[in-house]
Amino acid sequence: MRGLIARRVLLLIPMIWLVATLTFVVVAAAPGSYADTVDHPGLTVEQREALRARYGLDQPVYRQYLTWLGSIVTGDLGTSFVTREPVGRLLARALPPTLLLGTAALLLDFVLGILIAVGAAHRPRGWFDRVSTVVGLVIAGLPSFWVAGLMILIFALLLGWFPASHMHSVGADDLHPLASLGDLLRHLVLPAACLGLVGAAGTARYLRSTLLDIRGERYILAARARGLSERRILWIHTLRPALLPVVTLLGLSLPFLVSGSVVIESVFSWPGVGLALIQAAHARDIPVIMGITLMGAVAVLIGSLLADVLYAVVDPRAREDGT
Amino acid sequence: MSRSRRLQVGVTGLCLLVVVCMLGPVILPVPPGIDPAHSALLPPGTAVTEVVIDDGRTLVSPSVRFEGDTVVVDGPRRSATINRSQITAVRDTRFWLGSDRFGRDVLAQLMAGGRISISIAALAALIALLVGTTVGLTAATGGRLVDAVLMRLVDALMAFPVLFLLILLATLFRPGPLILVLVLGMTSWMGLARLVRGQVLTLRGRTFVLAARAAGSTPTRTWRTHFLPNLAGPLSQDTALRLGDLVLAEATLSFLGLGIPPSIPTWGAMVAQGHRVMIDGWWLATLPGFAIAALVVSLALVGDGIQERLLRGRS
Repeated sequence: MRGLIARRVLLLIPMIWLVATLTFVVVAAAPGSYADTVDHPGLTVEQREALRARYGLDQPVYRQYLTWLGSIVTGDLGTSFVTREPVGRLLARALPPTLLLGTAALLLDFVLGILIAVGAAHRPRGWFDRVSTVVGLVIAGLPSFWVAGLMILIFALLLGWFPASHMHSVGADDLHPLASLGDLLRHLVLPAACLGLVGAAGTARYLRSTLLDIRGERYILAARARGLSERRILWIHTLRPALLPVVTLLGLSLPFLVSGSVVIESVFSWPGVGLALIQAAHARDIPVIMGITLMGAVAVLIGSLLADVLYAVVDPRAREDGT
Repeated sequence: MSRSRRLQVGVTGLCLLVVVCMLGPVILPVPPGIDPAHSALLPPGTAVTEVVIDDGRTLVSPSVRFEGDTVVVDGPRRSATINRSQITAVRDTRFWLGSDRFGRDVLAQLMAGGRISISIAALAALIALLVGTTVGLTAATGGRLVDAVLMRLVDALMAFPVLFLLILLATLFRPGPLILVLVLGMTSWMGLARLVRGQVLTLRGRTFVLAARAAGSTPTRTWRTHFLPNLAGPLSQDTALRLGDLVLAEATLSFLGLGIPPSIPTWGAMVAQGHRVMIDGWWLATLPGFAIAALVVSLALVGDGIQERLLRGRS
């Protein structure tokens, strides 16, 4: 177990290096210098040179690369071209809203996904199974920005139940803490529902096929022979082993938790990492995009490590062969 | 839907969408000098009259009144009065799917957008197929070092959340249609490379390949008769699903304003524009979303169907 973790963590270091290098290569290979984004037609040649020097762009490429690697190792992700804010601080500010939205969405995703999958597996090819399969297929094909727009139209603009965007109402700072929390939760409902619904379609589809596989196992037959109720067999004997792979899904959700959904955050103006990324893209703020992209990739690497380790923790079979 | 029918339904839907979009200009010709100033935001199914004038313009409006020698073409904001002698033709037609803020026919726009979106996704998938197959084959046949280097590269590239990579590239390269095809293709070949490498490595150890080699089959012949047919199934299933992902990725980039220039209508950009007039024109954002979903679901059904066939063929 310890060996597994140690080996995976050691493997993480060269992978992070590779990911950082790729990020740098992509940017360095782009046509024109990325200082062009700070260029302004009104700048004199001297001013332009000074700017390039400030961002280290007058150095040869390999020097730039080493500087970039060095600063990443020391935790410095660079400085925004536009706001002059360190990227690290920008991320620290954008992370809590993204974590909040992501947690709420994941909760909805798993709860709804499990309920739908169990309902469908209760009677395979029954009406609920058929309807949920088709609905899930369509939801998986619908673009999330479209679902978000439709939800805003129905629940915010037509019915007026929930606010259409942002995380707080104007003036929410002056409210009583409880009222302020209520305001936050009301803002959370629509974006979390969008993400959760789309996620639940995937979770349900995956879990349903696992449940059906397990139903064919002999210990289920044995449980039935012992006279256990179908309900007990489904919820306890079938669902519990089926949830094992879902644990790995939790690990794989880590990148989503920290990097958020670019689309949902931008539709709902949710002030998280995804919105920061898309705003940086529109401003051509390359250091911010590089920083967020790198963070997203590292989150994926750590997430898949977590998934493997978690799986080994809950499933002894994954430990035995020493991998 | 029964599993065996999935392939049929998927292929039918896919063909229908592609044919309708590609034949758009034939099915629904848009008159060249159309002046849409009088037909903004009409709901689906609205009957309209096209009035062709001798200066080459065509006015479109839901209400055209003939008053003696003049014809009054009403619009939401302004109306035009034309002398009857100026008119060369009058046609009654219908906006089956309504019209947008600028008075253009949504159905015609959808078909034009579909041509762009489908072509971009198809070309990007082709690039992904070429690059992925090449890298996968090289890794599988090029020795341990080449294999290790290429596969670590694939691992690292797959660590990037696809949309992040797309946003970074789209920002750096400011895409026109061709650049977008390249960007989409270059960010989606990694899974294919893994698939091809894995398949080739497994096939190489299978007894029928060993038997063919032992019987003196040349490498080219072994390749053609044993490797290619066995690769075709998994590759086509993967490509069907990848096409769906690419359609969604292109739509998402267009929606976020990072796709091809907004002057070219794509389904994603149409949804984004529809969001601005959500209350006055619910159909503007809704219909392109259905179009995207129809295409993606068709492709998913095709992918599922192919997988089903493969599994059945194996057992």
